[in-house]
Amino acid sequence: MHASDLAAIWLTLKLAGLTTVLLLLIGTPIAWWLARTRHWAKGPVGAVVTLPLVLPPAVLGFYLLVLMGPDGPVGQFTQSLGLGLLPFSFAGLVVASVIYSMPFVVQPLLQAFEAIGERPLEAAATLRASPWDTFFSVVVPLARPGFITASVLGFAHTVGEFGVVLMIGGNIPGKTQVLSMAIYNHVEALEYAPAHWLAGGMLVFSFVVLLVLGTFKPALRKP
Amino acid sequence: MSIAVRFRHAYPGFALDVDLDLPGRGVTALFGHSGSGKTTLLRCIAGLERATGRLSIDGAVWQDDDTFVPTHRRPIGYVFQEASLFPHLSVQGNLDFGMKRAQRAPSFPAREGGAGGGRDNGCRPAGADFQHIIELLGIGTLLDRKPDRLSGGERQRVAIARALLTAPRLLLMDEPLAALDLARKNEILPYLERLHDELEIPVLYVSHAPDEVARLADHIVVMEGGREVAQGPLIDVLSRLDLPIRLGEDTGVVLDGTVVERDENWQLARIGFSGGTVWVRDGGHALGHPVRVRILARDVSIAREPQHDSSILNCLPAEVAEIADDAHPALALVKLMLGKSAVVARLTHRSACGLGLKPGAQVYAQIKAVALIG
Repeated sequence: MHASDLAAIWLTLKLAGLTTVLLLLIGTPIAWWLARTRHWAKGPVGAVVTLPLVLPPAVLGFYLLVLMGPDGPVGQFTQSLGLGLLPFSFAGLVVASVIYSMPFVVQPLLQAFEAIGERPLEAAATLRASPWDTFFSVVVPLARPGFITASVLGFAHTVGEFGVVLMIGGNIPGKTQVLSMAIYNHVEALEYAPAHWLAGGMLVFSFVVLLVLGTFKPALRKP
Repeated sequence: MSIAVRFRHAYPGFALDVDLDLPGRGVTALFGHSGSGKTTLLRCIAGLERATGRLSIDGAVWQDDDTFVPTHRRPIGYVFQEASLFPHLSVQGNLDFGMKRAQRAPSFPAREGGAGGGRDNGCRPAGADFQHIIELLGIGTLLDRKPDRLSGGERQRVAIARALLTAPRLLLMDEPLAALDLARKNEILPYLERLHDELEIPVLYVSHAPDEVARLADHIVVMEGGREVAQGPLIDVLSRLDLPIRLGEDTGVVLDGTVVERDENWQLARIGFSGGTVWVRDGGHALGHPVRVRILARDVSIAREPQHDSSILNCLPAEVAEIADDAHPALALVKLMLGKSAVVARLTHRSACGLGLKPGAQVYAQIKAVALIG
């Protein structure tokens, strides 16, 4: 296996891991708010968060490129902070992946939070637990299957990223070249053997992910 | 100690409008049909529901125009209709949940007056009471189990223990037996009666079941359409003939008395109350033990002369106090005074007329059935 392939695998794992952690931190409060609120903004916010699910990755990548580019508002902001520009950097990939994989983390969490219902929260309040205390001592344990599903889906979905990466990160080996990019390059160069190795590895990985999810699903349905 | 409750709040399709001073001791039943607002009132007292109004316990304001103490800072215990145990925790874990937090919380101001002799469950940390409460509810053998391995009755007993272990100063119970079948209900009622005898803190008990109220309550607030329509000591309210809530077959009174004689031969006990004595089936209580009996209006008939050749054991001289119409036009309710105690009899208007019953008339109350209810 090429050194560049190993670098691509390592980069992909790093990207997916970091994205998953960030998404759990960002997605949990969003999902909790969506599950609890009666605010009018619930519908629009829910739709925006779910948008990456239905939007073609190329479209998403295009807008992110424009926004984060030298003339875009985000680009101007990062430049004014002295951070430079996000496109064609690993940081840019992380930002794009967080947005791209958001629905895969928020949706399972939202469902898990909604399934808990009002009663355990009320019971906790009558037992002297503050809202924060209740969240960590009642909600998180009860929503554990949701957190597992969200993590696995968020990670796997980021690993499989292609279109958004192509638009925003390009194909810089060791910097923004992820696994799916490496496969694409091998096929372009008619190097089918390494392409098989990487593609086969992804196939096994995806299968294992679904298997793991399947074993956790029954736990989700349990009262 | 007293509980001053004033709420006036319009919910969609329903308005709560109550102004109550509830006693700081014993069990107060919030009684009414479903939709009468009794559960909403209880939830407002717990702070689970927001209503405009004022609420103070023992002088401590929990809610007024400027204050709203959140639920987790109110020293209450709350028992829901379904047990609501945390499924991810064992029974022990569920019991610890509130107990540990209550012990950590800043202590609430001590109860004024200190009524209740040497024992003061109201503000003592729960730790010392753990064994006592576990035994009181008979859940010692369940501590390691998960809630899904418990029966409905066991779950509810754990939920009651969990609430008590927070050392509440006010215990709120929202139809704790309503979700249980008759057998489970009868399994829990004795535990509730023991609580009633041993607890020093006031209990607000929401129920729509007259038999539960008759067994457990000392006071009653009758709710209808979000308003309080009658309140007072249970014994007085149940003997009122103008009670706005029709209890139908459950119309009847309760009397508090003591065991004054036990007839081992016939397995009977004689219960003395102010105004007479009645024979009941022996419940195994010792002489002098305080007991409560329930006499339903349909089990009381009236005679002008004492009946000696009758199967009815309890025939007591009484004075007619009041005659009123019952729900059906053929029926009348007659309030009879036995000394200071009142019983209600249901008879037809025809019988009442035939006997020439009028307030002040001296008659005999024949009581066909007396239920010993603890």
